[in-house]
This record gives sequence, structure tokens and C-alpha cells, in this order.
Amino acid sequence: MEPEAEMPTPGRITRDDVAYVARLARLNLTDAELEGFTGQLADVLDHVADIEALALDGVVPTSHPLPLSNVFRADEPAVGSDDDADHRLFCEEVLAAAPAFEESRFRVPPVLGEAP
Amino acid sequence: MSAFSLAGSVRSGERTARSIVEEHLAAIADGETEINAFNLVMADSALERADRLDALVAKGGDPGPLAGIPVALKDNMCTRGVPTTCGSRILDGWRPPYNATVVERLNDAGAVLLGKTNMDEFAMGSSTENSAFGPTFNPCDTTRVPGGSSGGSAAAVAAGFTPLSLGSDTGGSIRQPAALCGVVGVKPTYGRVSRYGLVAFASSLDQIGPFANSVVDAAMLLEVIAGHDPMDSTSIPAAAPDLLGVLDQGVEGLRVGIIEEISGSGPTGLEGFSPDVQSRLAEAAETLAAAGATVEKTSVPSTVFGLSAYYVIAPAEASSNLARFDGVRFGLRVDAENTVDMNAATRTAGFGDEVKRRIMLGTYALSAGYYDAYYGKSQKVRTLIVEDFARAYGSYDLLLSPTAPTTAFPIGEKIDDPMLMYLSDVCTIPSNLAGHPAMSVPFGVGDDGLPVGVQVLAPANGEASMFRAAAVLEAATGGLTGSTT
Repeated sequence: MEPEAEMPTPGRITRDDVAYVARLARLNLTDAELEGFTGQLADVLDHVADIEALALDGVVPTSHPLPLSNVFRADEPAVGSDDDADHRLFCEEVLAAAPAFEESRFRVPPVLGEAP
Repeated sequence: MSAFSLAGSVRSGERTARSIVEEHLAAIADGETEINAFNLVMADSALERADRLDALVAKGGDPGPLAGIPVALKDNMCTRGVPTTCGSRILDGWRPPYNATVVERLNDAGAVLLGKTNMDEFAMGSSTENSAFGPTFNPCDTTRVPGGSSGGSAAAVAAGFTPLSLGSDTGGSIRQPAALCGVVGVKPTYGRVSRYGLVAFASSLDQIGPFANSVVDAAMLLEVIAGHDPMDSTSIPAAAPDLLGVLDQGVEGLRVGIIEEISGSGPTGLEGFSPDVQSRLAEAAETLAAAGATVEKTSVPSTVFGLSAYYVIAPAEASSNLARFDGVRFGLRVDAENTVDMNAATRTAGFGDEVKRRIMLGTYALSAGYYDAYYGKSQKVRTLIVEDFARAYGSYDLLLSPTAPTTAFPIGEKIDDPMLMYLSDVCTIPSNLAGHPAMSVPFGVGDDGLPVGVQVLAPANGEASMFRAAAVLEAATGGLTGSTT
């Protein structure tokens, strides 16, 4: 959990806000980048503020252009099982496209604590 | 010659696919250093494929409607075993393990994949200057941008490198570069073309569509790639519309409204429109009227707020979609002591500035305390736009506007001012928010001699009447339309 003190405060987007969202988004910014992005994001958000003029109470939000409900398919293995040669080949191709893997898994640096 | 006729000559054995592919590879060899339209030219596999198609024709087989026709793909469409970069360093070395549905459809139709085209990184931009592989230059004037984000696909067609290409359009990324390069560009109805294998930018807005030198070629290509795909749950469960069959039907009796707000006219019109662009639009309206359509000005008030809603919704969706690029499964990894630091180091090194900007904007708009103020409100504005269009389409069959407020602008002019760059898409964004089809047709040139595009907008599933109007506009400018026979 992020400490509460680091939550953004309302108003024009500040350097601290940008530093906060950059950390949430896993981006490291230099001081100069932080300065530049803050001004640019503020410009965009100033433009976006024109929607404040609209009466939006009671308007139903649209999240998607098509009136879609869930689309289901039959719950059957689509590619194949581990015994299937094509499926194994596909998995190998997926793994080969990754930066690092071990056996049938993606390999990453330690997530918690020391490396084994 | 149109690609439509060219395909016919391959099917009849008059021309070989190899000669067509060689011709285009020669054009690329001549001009590509000046244009930089391609991230990858697939010369060997294209020639191999052409030979196989020629062998099929020699045995009396029919390769399909795109027989032997080269098609270039925007580099955000997955091609099995072939690098797919999205114009980004973060996908360095990644080779997709599967083909996008559009790639399978092109293969089934006898097309020849010619290469992968340059683009703004992850399709974020309006100038193709945000590519990790350098900018693409406009073939009409190489000091100008080709538009974006599908600038490589537009430039490749305009430069004669390929007769056909595919782009993706999230806020105008097919139509705006088509206008700036003087080619035809189509954004179909949302769900018309499968997004399976299109690397996602903003999933509720993204749509694949064709670039071509003529309306008939665009229609032919769209017929091939359109139609239901079970691999995309947002795909419209309907057959592809007949477009080639309606192109000569004219516009007699159609009601056409010119949207004042995004034409820079009337009391509510937005600013920043060049007078020469507005003149071409007026002439396009006269052309449709002379062909028997009823044309008048109309107001679609909420289109004014499209840009604002878009620059919350698209970055919000992007911030979520691009979370997958974390150094674990694809391409680049910058190593670090632990996974979280590795994620951040990889994303910091792999993404360019515009992508970082939009990820942060989206993250901000979705963060606690701001969600309702930005994302929630923008979704409501989206509803207003849908409702306003529905009202307008109660009175009109089609709507009309410029595709972009100006002709192609100089390289470097807007790259340091993101907000100014975003304004290039003010005419095209509303159709994405509504999920409607719209297309850009070249209609003369501006005072600077550069191409001007007119945008024809239609309601959902209204591609047929949209193409009819496009064919009439094209015929008036002496284009290739009519070569279907």
C-alpha cells in the first residue's frame, strides 16, 4: 500500500502528482522529465476541463460503442493439452519470445526478499 | 491501374504476381531512404509467395480477390515469426507466435504481405514522429509529416511502394494520414474488422481499416478483411457488407449534413481551420448536391467536446492495456535486483515520451479521487456524442466535414506541444467515440499544393452509403473510381 500522505491533492496537477502516477505506472523520471511532463499534462487537463461546462447529471455513461453483453464460447480446450504436440510447440514459441524462461515458465528476478 | 484491375490480370494469367511484387520492391529500393515508410520490407517471403501464387494460376487455380496484390501492414498487427514492433523499443526482438485475423484473411484472399510499416509508438500520435525508428516523411513534400499514427501505411501507398495497406484508427489514425498524404483511408464501424492480433491501444476505440489509391480498391480490401471473427468478442456477428456492388449507385436522394462544429463554420464552429480546407469542403458539398443529394449545414453540438473526452478515455484504456509491457513476456528486459525495479527499468527504457505521457495521463484519470471527475464524466460526454449523432442521423443519411483542419504540417512543428498535436484529430475523434464508420477521400489541394481530405461520416453499419458518396467525390476529382469493369 502507498502511504496516505502521498495521495494526490485536488487542483491543478502538480509535480508531486506526476511523480506519484509515474511510480504507480512503473516509470522512472528524471527531474527534468518530471518538470516537462507536469507542464504538458497540465495543458491537456486544462483543455479537458471544458467538459465542466456540460450538464451531465443523470446522463448514463458509455463505456463501449456496441450494445454488447458477454460473449461465451463452449468451455472446451481450444488449443490442446500438454500432451498435444502442436500445443507444446505453441508454448515453446511463446516462451522463446520472452526475455527469459525456465522449463515451461517465464523467469523473473526475485519478487520478495533474497534470491534463492 | 487500380489494385482491383491488377488482381484481375493476375487471376487471368495476363500478369504474374512476381512481376507486380518486383515492381513494388524496385519502387521501395528507389524511394524508401527518403520516406522511411517501412520498419521491415519482407522482400524474400513476398517473392516466394508471389511464385507460389503464379504456380497456382498456371495450374488453373484462383488465388482469390487480392491475387498477387502487395499489402503493407501497420507494425501493430501480429505476423507469426515476423517482428512486430508497434514503433517501440519495448518490443525489441519480439516475434509473435500467431497471425492477426486480418493477416489470415489477406492470405486467404491471395494477397502478398510486403512489409510492416512505421507508426507512432503504440499508435499514439498524429505525425509518425513518435516512432522509435525515426519519423516517416510525406511523399508529397518530404519536409512535412505524413500524419499519424498510421503514417507509414499512408506514405507507402502515396509513394507507390504498395497498392494497398492496412492501418488502425483509434482517434483518426487512418483518416488523418490518408488526408495528409492524398490517399483514401477508411475507419469501418467498430467491430466490423476483427481486432484479434492488433496490439491494443484503446480497446473500445481501436479499429483496423484500409488505405488505397482509390475508393474501389479500399472497398475491395475492406470486403476481404471485414466480417465476424469468433476470436474477437467485440466483432459484429454479421457478414461483410457488399461495397463493390454499390459503388456506382450515386447519391441521388441521399440527405447529407455538413457538421458545422468540426468544419470551423457557424457560431459554434471550432477554430484552427484553414480557409483552403474549408473551400475544398464546400466544393465537395456542391459536388454531392450536383449529383442529386440534398446537402445542408447542421449542428452536432457535442462533437466540440470529443477531443476532451477522448484524451481521458483513450489514455485511461491505454494505461491499462500497456501494463502488460513489463519485461516479463515480450521483447525488452532491463535487468534489476527485483521484479518491480526490473518492470520500471524496462518500461522507462522501452517507452518513448508520448507513450509515457499518455500512460501517466490515464493513470491519473483513473486514480482514486479523480476517477469521477475525469473518466466518469468523459464516459457521459461519450453518451452525449452518441445521442447527438443519433439525432443528426434522424435527418441525414451521411455527414460531412474536413478530415483534418489543415494540410500536412512541417516536421517538428508540433512535436514539443502535445496539446497542439492533439488538435489535429478534432474532426476524426467523434466517430471513434460513437463507434461509427468514417472515411477520408482526397479532394483537391490546399494553397500550398498539398492534399486536402474530405471526411464522409455514416451511422453504424452505414459503410455502403458512405462508399457511394466517396465514389462520387472521387469521380469529380478524376480519380480511379469506375475501373471496376
